[in-house]
Amino acid sequence: MIAFENVGFNYGGGELLSDVTLRLAPGSFHFLTGPSGAGKSTFLKLAYAELRPTAGRVSIFDRDARMMTRDDVALSRRRIGVVHQDCQFLDHLPLVTNVALPLTVASRAGDAQDLTALLDWVGLGKLADALPPQLSGGERQRAALARAIIMSPDVVLADEPTGNLDWDMSLRLLTLLVELNRMGKTILIATHDMNLIRQAKSQLAARVLRIQNRRVQLAGADL
Amino acid sequence: MKFALPALLAPDRQADRVVPPSGFTAQLTLFTAAAMAFLAVFALALSLASGRLADRWASALAGTATIRISAPPEQLDTQVAAVLALLATTPGIDTARALDTEEQRALLEPWFGPDLPVEALPLPRLIELTEARPGYDSEGLRLRLAAEAPGAVLDDHTRWRRPMAQAAERLRLLGALSLILIAGSTAAMITLAANSALSANLPVIRVLRLVGAKDAYIVRAFVRRFTLRALSGAAIGTVLAMTLVALLPRADEAGAFLTGLGFQGFGWLLPLLLPPVVAVLAFAATRAAAFRTLKGLT
Repeated sequence: MIAFENVGFNYGGGELLSDVTLRLAPGSFHFLTGPSGAGKSTFLKLAYAELRPTAGRVSIFDRDARMMTRDDVALSRRRIGVVHQDCQFLDHLPLVTNVALPLTVASRAGDAQDLTALLDWVGLGKLADALPPQLSGGERQRAALARAIIMSPDVVLADEPTGNLDWDMSLRLLTLLVELNRMGKTILIATHDMNLIRQAKSQLAARVLRIQNRRVQLAGADL
Repeated sequence: MKFALPALLAPDRQADRVVPPSGFTAQLTLFTAAAMAFLAVFALALSLASGRLADRWASALAGTATIRISAPPEQLDTQVAAVLALLATTPGIDTARALDTEEQRALLEPWFGPDLPVEALPLPRLIELTEARPGYDSEGLRLRLAAEAPGAVLDDHTRWRRPMAQAAERLRLLGALSLILIAGSTAAMITLAANSALSANLPVIRVLRLVGAKDAYIVRAFVRRFTLRALSGAAIGTVLAMTLVALLPRADEAGAFLTGLGFQGFGWLLPLLLPPVVAVLAFAATRAAAFRTLKGLT
């Protein structure tokens, strides 16, 4: 699916990530943890080709990210659902249109028949016509998740998806992600919420990765 | 990455909704296109009128010539008769006649008044001739005149015709240059408006890229909007300007030298080309601006 081989990255100053080697196997569930500023978001951006590595190689669906054209990147993003902490919606469009946006830009708007079921699944069936600014933090996160999976992607990447949520809402979102994983989707969640990770590990075999000293390591038994 | 202009104009409600309506840039594009089309109609009218003027001046002076005979009074009639006889046997001359005293007085009246004693003045005699097609050999005629009537000078109006035709031709070029400048200004202003709209919508573009939109999809959403606005604005400006041109007073009625700034015959169809031309300009300008903006985003 997505593989990092000796990947390094810097924003022009010192190196943020160094010699990262990792492979996200199909159907796997990973957490990526580490202190703020450690490079979790950068790692995710490398995984969906918003950033290109300054060293090493990132392969997305067996293609070298550095060799991908802009259209290749767009097509790969239709197979990778991304949930941002700040969600990033088009505020002038109702929720249902925002959720269907990946289908719209792929000229597959006609495939949006299961939208109601999807919105019901994330508990937003009654808010289909609401505008994004009218939603609470938790509702926005669940809407972002719905948008991320509407194309039935192979991989779901979530960047601090529970950052602004209370514990109950965090658990609800985690449950949705676990369900997706059981459907065969590959999940990678960047988070610093250890309780969330412990909760997930009680439900399934998730691997926990930690960014430390610019490298990604498998976290120990302290979790 | 390619998309055709006709396909672009086909309605696409989904793509239209994705980019939020931007009031200021919408009005700016509409106004710019309308104003530029309005000016372009007048530049076109000026250019066409100059062309007609050049043709009219050229044809008015072409086909006629004057022979001026300056000689001592006792030889004047002899030389006039000799020249007329010579002209009668010259191929390419249709008619030739000597102007009488009254006609010469009428020619001089604007400068000297009606009481000029033409008979008492040593004025040269004038012979007016008209060409037959395909015309005469002016150099050959000059040589024959020099031999037969040494005081005769042929004036084929080239001296007058050339600068007037050149002036009208330059006026026509000025009109064409104005059209080019108007086209350039239109493209520049629509580019500015498009850049402004693209900058204002960067968060929208980022979201679209994030969810898998190809550049062509994003570009199409902006280009379609600006092209249609420019087309509408140019249509408004063109219709308004054509109406005003149609209402201009006709210079011919006043007997003026100008033929008027209006369009004639099929010339009325030419301004109708302006809206599609402005739409093509807007299409190209917005497309270039959109791809430039997207190049800076991942």
